[in-house]
This record gives sequence, C-alpha cells and structure tokens, in this order.
Amino acid sequence: MTNETVIKTDKLTKRFGDFIATNEITFEVYAGEIFGFLGANGAGKTTAMKMLCGLSTPSSGNATIAGFDIYKQTEEIKKNIGYMSQKFSLYEDLTVLENIQFFGGIYGLTDKQLKAKSNQLIETLGMQNEAKKLVASLPLGWKQKLAFSVAILHEPKIVFLDEPTGGVDPIVRRQFWDLIYSAADRGITIFVTTHYMDEAEYCNRVSMMVDGVIKALDTPDNLKKQFSASSMDDVFFELARGAKRKAD
Amino acid sequence: MRTLKFLLQKEFKQIFRNKALLPLIFVVPIVQLLILPLAADYEVKNINISIVDHDHSTFSRNLISKITSSGYFRLADYSNSFQSAFNQIESDKSDLILEIPQGFEKNLVRENEQKLFIAVNAINGVKAGLGGAYLNQIITAYNADIRLQWFQSDKFNTAPVITVASSNWFNPFMNYRFFMVPGILVVLVTMVGAYMCALNIVKEKEAGTIEQINVTPIKKYQFILGKLIPFWIIGMFVFSVGLFVVARLVYGIVPVGSLLLLYGYLSIYLIALLGLGLLISTFAETQQQAMSVAFFFIMIFMLMSGLFTSLDGMPQWAYIIAKCSPVTYFIEVVRMVVLKGSGFSDIKNHFVIMIGFAVLLNGLAIWNYKKTS
Repeated sequence: MTNETVIKTDKLTKRFGDFIATNEITFEVYAGEIFGFLGANGAGKTTAMKMLCGLSTPSSGNATIAGFDIYKQTEEIKKNIGYMSQKFSLYEDLTVLENIQFFGGIYGLTDKQLKAKSNQLIETLGMQNEAKKLVASLPLGWKQKLAFSVAILHEPKIVFLDEPTGGVDPIVRRQFWDLIYSAADRGITIFVTTHYMDEAEYCNRVSMMVDGVIKALDTPDNLKKQFSASSMDDVFFELARGAKRKAD
Repeated sequence: MRTLKFLLQKEFKQIFRNKALLPLIFVVPIVQLLILPLAADYEVKNINISIVDHDHSTFSRNLISKITSSGYFRLADYSNSFQSAFNQIESDKSDLILEIPQGFEKNLVRENEQKLFIAVNAINGVKAGLGGAYLNQIITAYNADIRLQWFQSDKFNTAPVITVASSNWFNPFMNYRFFMVPGILVVLVTMVGAYMCALNIVKEKEAGTIEQINVTPIKKYQFILGKLIPFWIIGMFVFSVGLFVVARLVYGIVPVGSLLLLYGYLSIYLIALLGLGLLISTFAETQQQAMSVAFFFIMIFMLMSGLFTSLDGMPQWAYIIAKCSPVTYFIEVVRMVVLKGSGFSDIKNHFVIMIGFAVLLNGLAIWNYKKTS
C-alpha cells in the first residue's frame, strides 16, 4: 500500500429536496487499500457511492476520483473505475461468455485481450461448464462472483462494490473475499459497502456512516480500541444506536 | 464504432432470444394485416330488412324480390303488421323496416304516385345510413323501370334530368382494401416500432443493467444508436413483409409509385417514430408506465390519422391535432405513392415535416436521457 490518494472528497453533499442524504462527507482512500464503507440501511452509503461513480451529481462539495474531477471529468473517471451495484446487473438473457465479451468490448479491450481475459476469468471462477449458459440460470453466488469479475475486467484503478455479498452463503462470501484480495494484490483499490461486520474486519480501513455523516474512520483495530469494543459488531451498535433515521 | 458493434451484437442476441417478443414482431403484424382490412371495409352487406306488406300485389312482390336480389339485404321478416316488424328492430334482429301500404299497385298505376315508409334502426349509424341510401336507390331504380315498362307515353312531358356519372381515379372499383391495407400497414409498423423501442429501454431500467451501462465510458449517442438501429431494421423488415408478401400476394396491391421514394420516406418515418419510443422511455420508470403512455399515443395516432375517417370532416382544432401526428403524414404518403404513383415533388412537404418530427423527437429524447441523476 502506498500513500497515493485515489479518492479524495471534500464536504460532498447530496440533497433530495429537504432531505440531506449525504451531508458534507470528507475522506480519503489510498491506492491499493480495501476501504470498508459501513453504515445502517438508509445512512446514505449508496447515494455517496453513486456520486463517486458519476451516476449522480453532487449538490455541493468536491471530489476527485483517480485524480479526475467529479464534475468536469466524469467520462475520464468512468474509464478508471469498475462498479457493481446492489442489484445484480449483468444481462440475464446473455450467456456468461457473452456478458464478459460485451462489457470487455465496451471498455475498449481488443479481440485478442478479450479472448485471453475471458478464458482466464472463466478458469479462475471455475465456470468452464457454465460459460455458454444463460446468466439467468446461475445461482446467486455465482452471479455475484461473475459480476465482480466483469466489473474489474478492464483493470480499473478503483472498483466500487455496493453490498456485493448480500444474500449469498458463507462459503461463497469467503470465495468472494478471496477474489477481492487477489484484485487488491494486483493494485486495484477496493471501495466496498457491507452489512456483515466480519467482512469489515477484512478491510484495511473502515468508515462508519450514520444519518448521512461519517462518524468514525480508522482501521478496524483502532476503532475497536477507540470504542473499547471487542468486535466490529459492537462498534457498529455503539455508533448506529444514535441514528435518527429509520431503516429504509 | 467498435463500441457500437458490441451494443448491436448484444441487442440482436437479446431480441432473437426473447421467445415472447419474436412472434410479436414477426407473426402478429402479418396476421393483423390479413384480418383487419376485412373489418375496415365500409361496404355494408347483409343488412337485415323487415318488410311489412299490406298490399300483396304483383308490384309489391316485384319490389321485394328486387330488394332481396340486390345482395345487400337479407329478408329478416315478412309480415302484415308494423308492430311485428318493429319488434324485430327492438330485438336487434332487423336494421330496417319497409312498409308497403295497402293499394300500392293500384295507386301507382292509377294515381301515378305512391308513398313508401322506411324506418331505420340508427343504433349502428353506418349500417343505418348506408342501408337507407341503398334502399332508396333500389326503389328509385324500380320506379324508373316501371315507368319505362308501363307508361311509355308522355314523351313530351318528361322532366329534365341531370345524370351524374362519376369515375373513381386511382382505385377504379372503389376497392376499400386498396385504400385500407397500406394504411393499416403503417399503423402496424408504428405499433411495433414505438412499443418495442420504448419497452426495451425501460426493461434495462427495471433490470438495473442501464446503471451498469451508465458507469461505463459508453457515450450517450452510442447507447441511443445501439437501441435505434435494431428497431429501425425490424421496422423496415415488417413493412417489407407487409408490402411484398401480404399486400401483393393476398390483396394484389402493387405499388404504382417509386419504391425508392417509399422506402426513403419510411426510413425517416422510423427514425421519428423510434425517437418517440425513446422519449417515452426517458420518462417511464417501469414497463407498465411505458406501455400505458405508448398505448395512449398509438390510440390517438390510429384514430386521428385519417386511416378510417377523412381528416377534412374534423373540426379545425381536431384537424390541428391530427396534423401533429407523424402517422397522418405517413399514411398520406403511402396512399399517394402506392395508389397514385406520386413523385418526390408531390410529397416534398411531407418529407420536410417528417424530418422535422425526427429531429424534434430525437432531440427531446437525447436531451432528456441522462446518464446521471
């Protein structure tokens, strides 16, 4: 891990009418780290992430992603990030292979790269027998692993994962984190939201969001010390207890 | 270019894999084109007539056989009382009553004059109006026949008569199908184009895949072209099948005018139409919404396009609405080119207006389509 900053936000805010979904959040994420972005349901995590990905325009504040300005250089940002949404969003009516080639293709990979990449990816995921099957027929866990692999197909600088392991079993979750680690080893910065506190322990640094503001940001160990808690679970409860917003 | 190639590949794969959509694109329009023109035929046949004959004479029987042998009427009831005939109308078994009074023959021969009574069931306006008119014609012809046969005298006393002989240009036999089939084809292409395009994009919104597309470096215009081109091709295909297979082989309609001109217009029309589909998709969040909005427009387009009724008969304000629909212009152009053989100079204005529609609708759609919120 270097100290190069890849995400830098300054009082980033998103308002929907009177409601302030994300209120002046300021933080930095360093290259190559796994950054856990935690918070209760409705705390404003997804809104913040959408702003960072260029899916949503901030109401105020500044941010740079991979050195590009979030207002003026959205297209540059898009070339350098990967995104995996809460909702599974590969094409269900295309096969595994076709999805890989479509997304690879629109990120500008050459035919040769596409072929090499898709072979390698299918092998890593152990999906040789499923490559020509429609994605709709895969179990959820496999879909999520595939979606993650497709999101980092073009070797982005940063990948944003919005609750990537929601609804999958512990074994798949473990395999999923193996994929995350191996991506991080290749130098891809991971920005991940999750509700599983054991996953929070896997992160290099963790931020806790409550009611649209970041209440704490540090390594899991430091956070536990700070709140004199034995686990991240306790840290979460300690912080989220004061939340005014009802979940969803 | 390469991005567009990947988008098109994906789109066609999805369309050809969609087992519910395929018949809707390729089979339904053909079936509709086979069935709908039969219903959109203004010729009224099988009008049920009740005849009340108080005379029972040779003359009255002659008149009745003349009416029934015309091919337009079916004798539903033959009776002595108006009341029984009226019951037939009330129970909807009969559309018309012709009452022949007592002394019909006698008065006609002696007094040289006789009145007949026709009562029309006007619930079905078209059938009633045309039925009454047909019956009038038959009676007039019958009257003229009798006069020729029985009263040849009076050479010097004939009233001057103006005879109007009309000839129907471009469709000499007034065959309604020649008129309706091209128009219906336009409506079918319109439905396939606008619905498919709008629903397709909204489906991506529902599935969330559009969000995945929006975080990629795909440009707005690339995404939109990737959606428009497949449906443009499908629209061309449906129109061609309708024109060359159904219209030509089944109805014997061979376009009189230039095919190049017709397809030139079709290609611009499709761009305008897909622009509308696109515009709808930028407003709708669910397929249900898109479907309802598209249905609303198609309904207005269909009924106000001059397909079934003449535009000239509308009140001014309705006429203006009709003129705001691209379908109106394409139906005019198709009829002009297919039936009349109109050339480019005849439909120059139509071209200008359709290009206007294409630019306006697509412009609005692109302006309203946002990669960010």
